[in-house]
Amino acid sequence: MTQSHRIEGGQIDRTKTLRFTFDGIPYQGHPGDTLASALLANGVRLMGRSFKYHRPRGPISSGSEEPNALVELRTGGRQEPNTRATVAELYEGLTANSQNRWPSLRFDAMGVNDKLSTFFAAGFYYKTFMWPKSFWEKLYEPIIRRAAGLGSVTREEDPDGYDKGFLHCDLLIIGAGPTGLMAGLTAGRAGKRVILADEDFRMGGRLNAETYAVGDAQGADWAAATVAELSSMPNVRLMTRTTVVGAFDHGIYSAVERVSDHLLTPAKGKPRQILWRIYTGRAILAGGATERPIAFENNDRPGIMLAGALRAYANRWGVKVGERVAVFTNNDDGLRTAKDLQSRGVDVVAVIDSREGGDLLPGIRHLRGAEVIDTSGKLGLTSITVRQLNGRSETIAVDALGVSGGWNPNVNIHSHHRSRPVYDPAIAAFVPGKDGPPGLLVAGAAAGQMSTHAALKTGRDAAIAALDLTTAPELPQAEDAPVGITPLWHVAHGKGRAWIDLQNDVTVKDVKLAKQENFTSVEHLKRYTTLGMATDQGKTGNVIGLAIMAELTGRSIPETGTTIYRPPYTPVAMGTLAGRSRGREFKPFRLTPSHHWAKEQGAIFVEVGNWLRTQWVPKPGETEWRQSVDREVLATRKSVGICDVTTLGKIDIQGTDAGAFLDRVYANTFSTLAVGKCRYGLMLREDGIVFDDGTTARMGENEYVMTTTTANAVAVFRHLEFCRQVLWPEMDVQLISTTEAWAQFSVAGPNARKLLEKVVDQDISDAAFPYMGAANITVGGLRARLFRISFSGELAYEIAVPTRYGDALLREMLARGAEFDPIVYGTEALGVMRIEKGHVAGGELNGQSTALNMGLGKMVSKKKDSIGMVLSQREGLTDENGYRLVGVKPVDPQAKLTAGSHFLEKGAAPVAANDGGWLTSKVYSPHLGHDIALGYLKGGDKKIGQRMRIVNLLAGLDTEVEIISPHMFDPEGERLRG
Amino acid sequence: MASLQPLTALGRREATTVTHGPLTISERTDVALASVAARNGRAADLAKAAQKADVPLPGPASHQQGTPYSAFWTAPEMWFVEAPYASHELIVDLLKSALADTASITEQTDAWVAFDLSAHDLTRLLERLCNVDFAARPTGYATRTVMEHLGVYLIKHGPGAARLYGPRSSAESLLHAIETAAHSVW
Repeated sequence: MTQSHRIEGGQIDRTKTLRFTFDGIPYQGHPGDTLASALLANGVRLMGRSFKYHRPRGPISSGSEEPNALVELRTGGRQEPNTRATVAELYEGLTANSQNRWPSLRFDAMGVNDKLSTFFAAGFYYKTFMWPKSFWEKLYEPIIRRAAGLGSVTREEDPDGYDKGFLHCDLLIIGAGPTGLMAGLTAGRAGKRVILADEDFRMGGRLNAETYAVGDAQGADWAAATVAELSSMPNVRLMTRTTVVGAFDHGIYSAVERVSDHLLTPAKGKPRQILWRIYTGRAILAGGATERPIAFENNDRPGIMLAGALRAYANRWGVKVGERVAVFTNNDDGLRTAKDLQSRGVDVVAVIDSREGGDLLPGIRHLRGAEVIDTSGKLGLTSITVRQLNGRSETIAVDALGVSGGWNPNVNIHSHHRSRPVYDPAIAAFVPGKDGPPGLLVAGAAAGQMSTHAALKTGRDAAIAALDLTTAPELPQAEDAPVGITPLWHVAHGKGRAWIDLQNDVTVKDVKLAKQENFTSVEHLKRYTTLGMATDQGKTGNVIGLAIMAELTGRSIPETGTTIYRPPYTPVAMGTLAGRSRGREFKPFRLTPSHHWAKEQGAIFVEVGNWLRTQWVPKPGETEWRQSVDREVLATRKSVGICDVTTLGKIDIQGTDAGAFLDRVYANTFSTLAVGKCRYGLMLREDGIVFDDGTTARMGENEYVMTTTTANAVAVFRHLEFCRQVLWPEMDVQLISTTEAWAQFSVAGPNARKLLEKVVDQDISDAAFPYMGAANITVGGLRARLFRISFSGELAYEIAVPTRYGDALLREMLARGAEFDPIVYGTEALGVMRIEKGHVAGGELNGQSTALNMGLGKMVSKKKDSIGMVLSQREGLTDENGYRLVGVKPVDPQAKLTAGSHFLEKGAAPVAANDGGWLTSKVYSPHLGHDIALGYLKGGDKKIGQRMRIVNLLAGLDTEVEIISPHMFDPEGERLRG
Repeated sequence: MASLQPLTALGRREATTVTHGPLTISERTDVALASVAARNGRAADLAKAAQKADVPLPGPASHQQGTPYSAFWTAPEMWFVEAPYASHELIVDLLKSALADTASITEQTDAWVAFDLSAHDLTRLLERLCNVDFAARPTGYATRTVMEHLGVYLIKHGPGAARLYGPRSSAESLLHAIETAAHSVW
């Protein structure tokens, strides 16, 4: 298909042709085109169907404010719904499809909604689907959801990557039109670090779409020369295809850079988009202005467009949207469109100017005091009906109509901190108000300075003011026309629907209905009619809507006000916000020193925070996890097992007050601990609830090593630093984490000592190194640490070496201790053995339980003060019949237990009032041959030996159990002291 | 007696070097590291002892080169001291004998993975990884920052030279993040 609507000129590269398809039909365009400009060049005006009524729609703008021309771009995993054709840069091989239509764009069955529009007025859902109530979730909502929405999402994974990044500058300039370029030149020449960002792929803003001169050059040429100068400055960073989407606190702005959206696929390794966080001393909003339409009957047909867009398509892209064009305007800028089009040889058949009186354009039929009151054309504009000043109606055949209702400054970013824009009647638009983000200045059209001269001047002055500059470049000559506008928001004549918000199909009638039903606040108007919602956030429609509401209520426009502006300025894909944090890259992993050995063995890993811990290590022939875990438990209890416990937090605590410090942070006493000994410690929160537990060893007079649970390693360290720095800065205590510095292994089982004797250099006999001993030792001369502590109930040690030797130590222990058939066990076997032994862990350290609950009440020393000691004695926490940790076994050894099940007395109804507590942890004990569990039972310490039920209504379990001591294995502790 | 062979943080026998475009990432396994924290009220004594022992104790946010000891500030009255691993594997013992009871000293060598980054200019790489204004910071700048959720120390040795200390257990994740950013930039 030829580019039938292409005319001379424009900033496109005609030496290259780009092929693309829309709804499967092939077309051609050129570098520099957008999808919209290329389709228009090919005579395609119909690009989509509207949201609610499925009305045929074409683009009304040439920029990011576009509400209509939304397409699905690309296919497969890269398919992206709701892409604005007006900003989608054309590339070779681009594939686009229209959306919100079935079966085709030209014939859309859902167009029936348009015929039924009486039933779909604002508030329709709220009124219609209220009865019967039960139908909402099952019937109405699914149907509405299927019918509503724009475009469809792909079910495939997005194959592209998205980066995040951080930038710093003295001055961020948002928008690279005449204002932004002049500000950039001023700051750049002064040597300041400048970031100049523009959402377009070509800098210059409106200068690219206009024909007037700046200095001695065409505006677009001046822009290109200025960009060239700026790009030669090392202190200036030019960022095209970059939309500043939000203003945040402390001079921080966010911006989305579309790195690869103009390519078929991103280059290898390159991201598709980057979400930047920009830290800047000052910022200038030079975001220009957005033209708004005028509402009149049937003002939504393809071919009806903003006048400035019609002009931009001709001047920048060399495209005439129609063969016979009319312009409907209430201001002088609309006249510019007529003049530009005519000078390009386009047949401008009429200018309908709602203002009475004044000069007439030479050589064009210029109707003053006239209005467009209706249009026709099923899939695109064919004619307009004009009501002249004398009341006479006339139908004029046109295939394109430019509409200009005035220009709205783009105040959005300035209003992101809730600054309310103020109405400026001189330009009939809202301009930035007071109290914008600190450090943000506004210049040019965004500040309501509409002429090119004013843009250049205010851009320069803003840079001077922002950076306290003493020198500045000369201003080039430029047009300085005043804004000549007489507001006209909607045409009163005509009975049909006049569209305000084209994206959400909101009409003047909807605003009237909202008023009638007393939704007169703009925020209510928005929610009731959906005015200004969705991807365009009402950039073209909002001001008209509120102006009409002002008219209806008799309030002024300033009294009516605007809705709140929030980031992002334009839509941001979820993938961009997620960045690299998805799938395997969702978070970083922490690998244990034995990870590589375990991987060689085919170990199964479990995520514990960021750690990957060995869960179990299957042996050949083991087909089910319990086989491996049971074997690991039995082998450990029979001979010896090794477990990587590096993940437990290790905190080095030094200083002359280290012991006194520990006395305050632990419920039990540590200052009396002898050097070379370790002790189990219980740490409480201020409110008396147990925070964490672990063993702490005294390695020297003023030197302790604390261990924490894996889960709380960071939290405990943070807590200790808070205590040290804030609560007791007078104490001589220094802290540092050494979790990662040492590879630590638990060696447990009757043969643990015999195995270790083969690798360590010192005498570790029971006499030389008794239970709860701790020492700096050596392994083949290498510095190491040894602790005689047990979590499994076995004779057990923990041995630590510098992390780089961890892998070798494990292999050495396995090799040298081969005669004892040592096994490596994972977290599952660890869990079985600690439950058999009645040690508390995650399920019991649940942030709700006290030492008393855990049967550890005596550990809270009353002889000294410690964090949580006082509040742990609260009445509610010391109830004699409160929860106590108990062991549980099923009466029938074959019966299964489930963690989370609740204790009930025999015969009691399973209701909350009869709840006796719950099972916190459950495992199968291969040693005992049946399920065992730990649980919190009310008055549990008095119920040992009793029979109860455990009930789990979700799992359908009701099992008779016997309450037993939590110490279910070797209750006397003979093995660990052996 | 046991004779243990070390592994690097990346689980290899030798230190890893990766190049991509202008960037070289070199894992450093030859650095001994210890934290030195002044005992309460002993900062002056520590400064005196450190000066005598040629242990630099630079001011906030800075790194100071020296032989054999270099150091960077990590917190008020706290530093990380670097020295060649071959000669100073027992860096804690050596520092303890030099600084005595003026400071609490803790071995940190294997708590960290060290990567040296070199390229003509590292700004474009580091702006994808952390919020440090690398270009504007002077040589010798040292700071704690975050890269891909990982707390790291970043030391600027020049516009095109920096050292990173990241958590050793996450060495693979950190290297992956740097490489991904490098491919994204170059």
